[in-house]
Amino acid sequence: MIKDYFVLSVKNLKHRGLRSWLTLLGILIGVGAVVALISLGDGLQAAVASQFGVSSTDLITVQAGGINYGPPGSGAVIPLTTDDLTQIKNLPSVKAAIGRDIVPVKASFNQKLVFTYATNIPSGSDRQFVYSQINAQAISGRLLKDGDIGKIVIGYNFYTDSNGFGKAVIPGNTIVIQNKSFQVVGILARQGSFIFDNVIYMNQNDLDSISNYGNKIDTIAIEPASKDLMNRTVSDVENLLLRLRNVKKDAENFQISTPEASLNQVKQIINGVQIFIAIVASISIFIGAIGIVNTMYTSVLERRKDIGIMKSIGATNFQIFIQFFIESSLLGLVGGIIGIIFGEFIAIFGIIGINSLIGGHLPITINLGLIFGVLIGSFLIGGAAGIVPALNAANQNPVEVLRDE
Amino acid sequence: MENEKKKSALIELKKVFKYYFMGENVVKAVDGISIKVNQGEFVAIMGPSGSGKSTSMNLVGSLDVPTKGHIFLDGEDISTFSESDLAQLRGRKIGFIFQSFNLIPNLTAKENVMLPMTFQDIPEEEREIKAEELLKLVELEDRMDHYPNQLSGGQKQRVAIARALANDPEVILADEPTGNLDTKTGSIVMHFLDKLHKQGKTIIMITHEPELAEYHAEIVYWLRDGKLERVTRKKKGKRYVDGEIKRLVQARK
Repeated sequence: MIKDYFVLSVKNLKHRGLRSWLTLLGILIGVGAVVALISLGDGLQAAVASQFGVSSTDLITVQAGGINYGPPGSGAVIPLTTDDLTQIKNLPSVKAAIGRDIVPVKASFNQKLVFTYATNIPSGSDRQFVYSQINAQAISGRLLKDGDIGKIVIGYNFYTDSNGFGKAVIPGNTIVIQNKSFQVVGILARQGSFIFDNVIYMNQNDLDSISNYGNKIDTIAIEPASKDLMNRTVSDVENLLLRLRNVKKDAENFQISTPEASLNQVKQIINGVQIFIAIVASISIFIGAIGIVNTMYTSVLERRKDIGIMKSIGATNFQIFIQFFIESSLLGLVGGIIGIIFGEFIAIFGIIGINSLIGGHLPITINLGLIFGVLIGSFLIGGAAGIVPALNAANQNPVEVLRDE
Repeated sequence: MENEKKKSALIELKKVFKYYFMGENVVKAVDGISIKVNQGEFVAIMGPSGSGKSTSMNLVGSLDVPTKGHIFLDGEDISTFSESDLAQLRGRKIGFIFQSFNLIPNLTAKENVMLPMTFQDIPEEEREIKAEELLKLVELEDRMDHYPNQLSGGQKQRVAIARALANDPEVILADEPTGNLDTKTGSIVMHFLDKLHKQGKTIIMITHEPELAEYHAEIVYWLRDGKLERVTRKKKGKRYVDGEIKRLVQARK
């Protein structure tokens, strides 16, 4: 018989004015935010992680530097060297290690000067290691190979008009870097990372020729012998560098970071954002619930006569209560449904956006469990908001409300 | 059998009082009234405004409980019933017809007629069949899916009559049923009430129009200032002739 009250409530809702539906905005925005947030969760993480240059593979990176106390400039950084790299390569727990230099350079093309970065591509088997790590592919021209001199591959963003040179750079063009001419042989496919898409790639010898790095190395990337032995590799590298650089533990002048640690940092940032949005969503849903209380109270006032009529033709207090209660629950549910559609739209467009930004292939998934949960939740919130107005409706005195007509 | 049934009291008000307390003042809306309505009778409660007839109707219709006294419906003392029991009782035993029709605006004619049956948990199929049957009875079979605002006053009141009959009530309680209607539509509505009476329904009509009361009702209770002034009974078999109807219509104009 509860079905009959659903039918009655739906009929009443159909005759509601625009005002009643506007009160659903709060629920709608809150639910939309929650749905979008949860649906986007993984995509958001991938997007932020890629912007921080964190790759998902199990690479350990080592950088010189540490915590320095004192006035700026007082803590001179002792750089990593090619000697350090060789020693690391020889560790049994290390499968491969490469040195990465990122050099600030001035580049000119089309009579325009741009300050950017150049990075090295090592030779031999290390080259393949780097290419596989960044999944390098040329979308135009080719990648660098051993023996290339005076040749460069450029990041995707140089291939666009907004590269600062005033026009897109294409294979065959010549760019002058630090007063030396280089021929562009290829364009690296979009990586979706600010770092990888804005860099000029050249062979080690070429980079050495335009920089005064000597045997200095910015970063060493290490692939452990086994992913399961990551911690072992980290401690081996740490002990080696402590010895080579003659420093004590807890006073390290270098930093070893694992992808796990970097990802954790990213996760923390995203968690912060998610908590903030969750709080905003909760406030919005709370305001939405108050809106429902308000519109239900108004509805009870507007329909006092109907309540009196229904009581006079045999409706019990409970039968009146349940009608208004269901009506309120349905209001919440409608807010939830629109909110879900709204939230899924945001999520879908968000994922499409992230995919085009990082060149990824995050799948668009619709989480049925989430939708079901949100539907139940919004139905319950609507119901809870309707309890007091429905009690008020149930307790109307038929004699009084019919006399007032 | 028919005679026996007519003799048993369906509704009885025994020395019923209804007082309203407004600060220091006491409004004696109903002041010690005793009324007895037998099965199958057409009774009118007559009186000017303020005479207590509306309060009496609320008491008879179990919408309100007396300050003092007893009300019996089918032998049960309803003055002690709980609110929910009263509602159920109203739904089953009393059919209301109001001056201002009181249809639910969001529901069609048919849905309005089905509503009292919904509150009695009657299955939907049964409700629909009964509603259609009743709307045919009041000759509105072509208006079933119309909303109240698409119906004329007379049609609305006929829907209200059909609704009042939905749960086969013991008694039809009509509060100024023609009060908002012109003479012609009013007489159509009264025609249906007469028809129901002939079929054996008990009808209690509240009105301030003496001719309406005297023409249709068998017994008229005249109220004044919350008290029963007099009771008049129509002589058996007496019917008005056509000329008299004309005179009554003229008088009402």
